[in-house]
Amino acid sequence: MSDNINVNSLLNEMAIAIESHSSSHHYTAPLMIGIKTGGAWIAKQLHQKLGYKDPLGVLNIAFYRDDFSTLGMHPEVSPSQLPVDVDDRHIILVDDVLHTGRTIRAAMNEIFDYGRPASITLVVLVDRSGRELPIQADIIGKTMLLNEGEHVKLLGPEPLTLSIDKAGSTGNKITG
Amino acid sequence: MTGNTIQLDKNGNLKHFLTTEGLSQSLLLSILDHAESFAGVGERAVKKVPLLRGKTIANLFFEASTRTRTTFELAAKRLSADILNLNIATSATSKGETLSDTLHTLEAMHCDMFVVRHANSGAAHYIATQVAPHISVINAGDGRHAHPTQAMLDMFTIRRHKKSFENLRVAIVGDILHSRVARSEIHALSTLGVLETRIIAPQTLIPKDAENLGVQIYHDMDEGLDGVDVVMMLRLQKERMSGALLPSEYEYFQRYGLTNKRLEKAKPDAIVMHPGPINRGVEIDSDVADGERSVILQQVSHGIAVRMAVMAMIMGRQPDNMGDTE
Repeated sequence: MSDNINVNSLLNEMAIAIESHSSSHHYTAPLMIGIKTGGAWIAKQLHQKLGYKDPLGVLNIAFYRDDFSTLGMHPEVSPSQLPVDVDDRHIILVDDVLHTGRTIRAAMNEIFDYGRPASITLVVLVDRSGRELPIQADIIGKTMLLNEGEHVKLLGPEPLTLSIDKAGSTGNKITG
Repeated sequence: MTGNTIQLDKNGNLKHFLTTEGLSQSLLLSILDHAESFAGVGERAVKKVPLLRGKTIANLFFEASTRTRTTFELAAKRLSADILNLNIATSATSKGETLSDTLHTLEAMHCDMFVVRHANSGAAHYIATQVAPHISVINAGDGRHAHPTQAMLDMFTIRRHKKSFENLRVAIVGDILHSRVARSEIHALSTLGVLETRIIAPQTLIPKDAENLGVQIYHDMDEGLDGVDVVMMLRLQKERMSGALLPSEYEYFQRYGLTNKRLEKAKPDAIVMHPGPINRGVEIDSDVADGERSVILQQVSHGIAVRMAVMAMIMGRQPDNMGDTE
């Protein structure tokens, strides 16, 4: 089921919110970075809408996951691509779903291995319940209260749709 | 000595990496794909990912090596593992300790992986049969038998330049007889599906079983290099040379040394590889080694990425239960 959420109109609202957040914080020329895979899809759209000149960065946090010892190597790994130096830049970090916060923890660790950004702003399409770490988003497309065992997943890249798997229904588990 | 039963775990994942022989094409490609991901780590400000934090890897070098040992060491460090360098030739065994006692001592230090270099063929395989079940072994060169990570870094270098393997003609030139690198390359090239693998050497430096390896044998350099996409030079292994296999280094260079003139026989976009260390003026002319078609130094960098990939794949084997992840 899709709950008729229009991802594109959420993205339009988010782009406006990013612009006003950046200008009120005096972030000149922010650098956008998307987290693979869903976050990178979202970031690509936002990057286009905002007309940023610096190329979009893409993070693959596979090497920074905290579940490597139990889950092992992710079968699909493709390298991170940060084409621009992150030192002293204002980073707009984009992900599709903020859940436990562990992905964002890993992403921030990886960004700091590239350099020392001036700031990081977290942008997510969906902020769902279930946080396990003290991490919150600055800009949120949609907030969802979901129970443990309920899942929301971004399908894409074309078109981008949200698939919500309520408790009781048998959907695919979230990965990535 | 091939024994894939020992290299793979019951789920078909790499447990030990002892030889390229008998491994599937998909597994070899998976090593190359993972290496591609790790290649970028060396270009960052912090050349390290936390993947193997808390793991301990022991470099067991029973035979001297600088390049291989240091690239394994860098690979382990870039994965955040702790690494011990044991130059066994000058330590325990010379005091009379048996190999098995050395291994058990390292097990007691809670090592997770042994990287083994040994002058005897089959040494890494033997060690893999002797160690505790939780320990993995990577063969960093055993006698004349195999040097699988060198072969895979060569495959990685070829793929970076040629994109795919299907239509390639590859020539391996030099001391095939004593070369574990050549053996591992021949198996990998065949599994990855190249059009043709040629070996070019004097009769005395070609192994007796060469015809069973699926290669074309050439004794003339100009004929062998005709139309090839990749030229893989081998080092003339002086330290393994006993008996009158060669007339003289000078004469060897006259017949089998790679010069720019000889290279004209190969395709215009052919690349030149060498596992190092180079004997300039013996198997390869300096003009070629330092020339624009040489990818020899790239091979060294790729070696780190490929060794990171193999270590991470072995240490990160998926357990049976796939959990729910975010």
